[in-house]
Amino acid sequence: MNGLTSGFGAWNPIAWALLFVGILVVSFIVRARGNKSYKRGSGQTKVFLSGNEEPADADSLHVRGDHLYWGMIDGLSAYYRRVKAWHTGIFSDYVAWFVGVLAVVIVILVWVG
Amino acid sequence: MTALTTHAPVLLIAVPLLGAFAAPLVGKLGRGVRNTLIGLIVLFVALLAALLAVDVFGAGGAPTVYELGGGTFTFPLSGGQIPVRILFEVDGMSAFMGLITALIVLTGAVFSFSYWKERSGGNLYFSLFLLLTAGIFGMQLTGDMFNFFVFLEITSIAAAGLVGFRVWLKQSQEAGFKVMAMYTLSGLLVLLAIGLLYGQHGHLNIATLANSINGGLVDMIALGLLLTGLAMKAGAVPMHMWAPDAYGEAPAPTSAVLVANSQASLYGLFRVLFTLFGVGVSASALGWILIVLALLTIFVGVTMALIQHDLKRLIAYGAVSQIGYMMLGVGVGLARQASIIASSGVDALSDAATKLDFGLVSLQGGIFHMLNDAACVGLLFFASGVIIRASGTRDLNRMGGLGHRMMWTSIFFAIGAVALAGVPPFNGFASKYLIYEASFQLSPFLAVIAVLSSILLLAVFVKAFQAAFLGPKTDATAHVSDPSIGMMVPMAALVLVIIVFGLFPGFFVDHIVTPAAKALWLGHKAYIGAVLGGI
Repeated sequence: MNGLTSGFGAWNPIAWALLFVGILVVSFIVRARGNKSYKRGSGQTKVFLSGNEEPADADSLHVRGDHLYWGMIDGLSAYYRRVKAWHTGIFSDYVAWFVGVLAVVIVILVWVG
Repeated sequence: MTALTTHAPVLLIAVPLLGAFAAPLVGKLGRGVRNTLIGLIVLFVALLAALLAVDVFGAGGAPTVYELGGGTFTFPLSGGQIPVRILFEVDGMSAFMGLITALIVLTGAVFSFSYWKERSGGNLYFSLFLLLTAGIFGMQLTGDMFNFFVFLEITSIAAAGLVGFRVWLKQSQEAGFKVMAMYTLSGLLVLLAIGLLYGQHGHLNIATLANSINGGLVDMIALGLLLTGLAMKAGAVPMHMWAPDAYGEAPAPTSAVLVANSQASLYGLFRVLFTLFGVGVSASALGWILIVLALLTIFVGVTMALIQHDLKRLIAYGAVSQIGYMMLGVGVGLARQASIIASSGVDALSDAATKLDFGLVSLQGGIFHMLNDAACVGLLFFASGVIIRASGTRDLNRMGGLGHRMMWTSIFFAIGAVALAGVPPFNGFASKYLIYEASFQLSPFLAVIAVLSSILLLAVFVKAFQAAFLGPKTDATAHVSDPSIGMMVPMAALVLVIIVFGLFPGFFVDHIVTPAAKALWLGHKAYIGAVLGGI
């Protein structure tokens, strides 16, 4: 490829595509060799929740969007407090950021140029 | 065909512009007639963009000048001044951008036919859609700064109308107002800069201006105005706040076209930096300004995406972060170009291109990512429209289990998401890999931020996918299904682009990305020469 100075090496997309196809084939073989004698709808197909009873309400089994990374986001709360404070949704704040950047850019260009 | 190719620059603007005015009238004859007309227009436009690209890339990306009416362009005329004519100048970069716009407009229009099937207001919607298309093509093909401003304004008006199109939603009205006001501010700064340059040099043509600009005080102020105005319209942090509002509130197919609109502003910025000001102005500071804005855009965009629970705003912040990758690629290229010129002179750029200097590689990555981003983000916005319609909500906290009954939509969404996050073997990986490698050579810190943010973006889309598609079947999802064929085909077309460009990146980099990158890297003199002759 007329772009990479180091070449693709292990990142060759064709190799990765073949890898994905291989994984799919292996997954299919494993699935095909599975036990077909289970009884659908019986206790054999119940979701295992660390030994707890499966809730009657299917909705409560689903991990919702905001719950997935709550630990990481909580850990970054100091960062998020500041960044969310920028995003007020108020139009005059949008303009203030714009004018601020404009001033800094012009000062740099006039000073350096 | 030759006549079509010859007149392609003006037809790419005139045909959608006429279509925009015809749509409300033809719409009176019925939806089928209107959709047929719009379909023919976008197909014709795609054909023209392809013909133009074949012509320009066949000539190695060298600039060609088109005079309105197709007359033979000669210079100098008596008096030695640039004539009052409408000139279009198309080089590898313009033709490349034309292809991106054609791809998004074609798929967006076809998707819109089904998306607006059961809604009223389609005539006005398609009118604004085609107006936006004409404006975007105009920005990419014009060789005149004032015409660039006119087309910029056309895109602003059309985009604001499309964002606020659903007037029955108060959020839509608010977003439309914000977009209109911010775009107007951007347009005013661009106009002020053009006025300053005209007052200083007496020209509006890009080539003649580029030949006159010498980096004086007025030039640098104009450069600052242009840089900030266009970077804001592209959605660079910290001037990006309008973008999630706009992308989030616009109808799904419009959001995809708005990304193409932002990329047109980015194209304008690159044209200003490399061609209008180019090698004559100290570009090291420019490159680093772009790099700093890029890093902010990448990191803030992706971290803000991580905490969104509105699906469209999540994708919108993801799209903002990708604008940062394009700016990083081009910023590194600009900074490297300046250092080569400072150490060895302008003539060394040609040698550097032959030796595949990392500055050129970085430019290739940034430019290639524009196309890849358009395909991936376009696909994600289309899929989001399908998901929101099926689930009746945009809130990821209230979705779940859609994958049981929307298999194809979930596969398309997953492919768009992993491609945008830069997972091999998809197209996003190919362009990001170029950016990682080249930016590492300027500073490892840049590559670290870029890679880390790609990982975070993957986490963002894992969250969105798991929240929307995974989970048990519920009563709420019992009635949902994949959309009609009219919406599936555009999504499948973008998936095809993602896979083909991902599996064979070398072919596309060689044939369309490299001529576009070289048009910026080496094209300053050739762009001027195409208008002014052997200067």
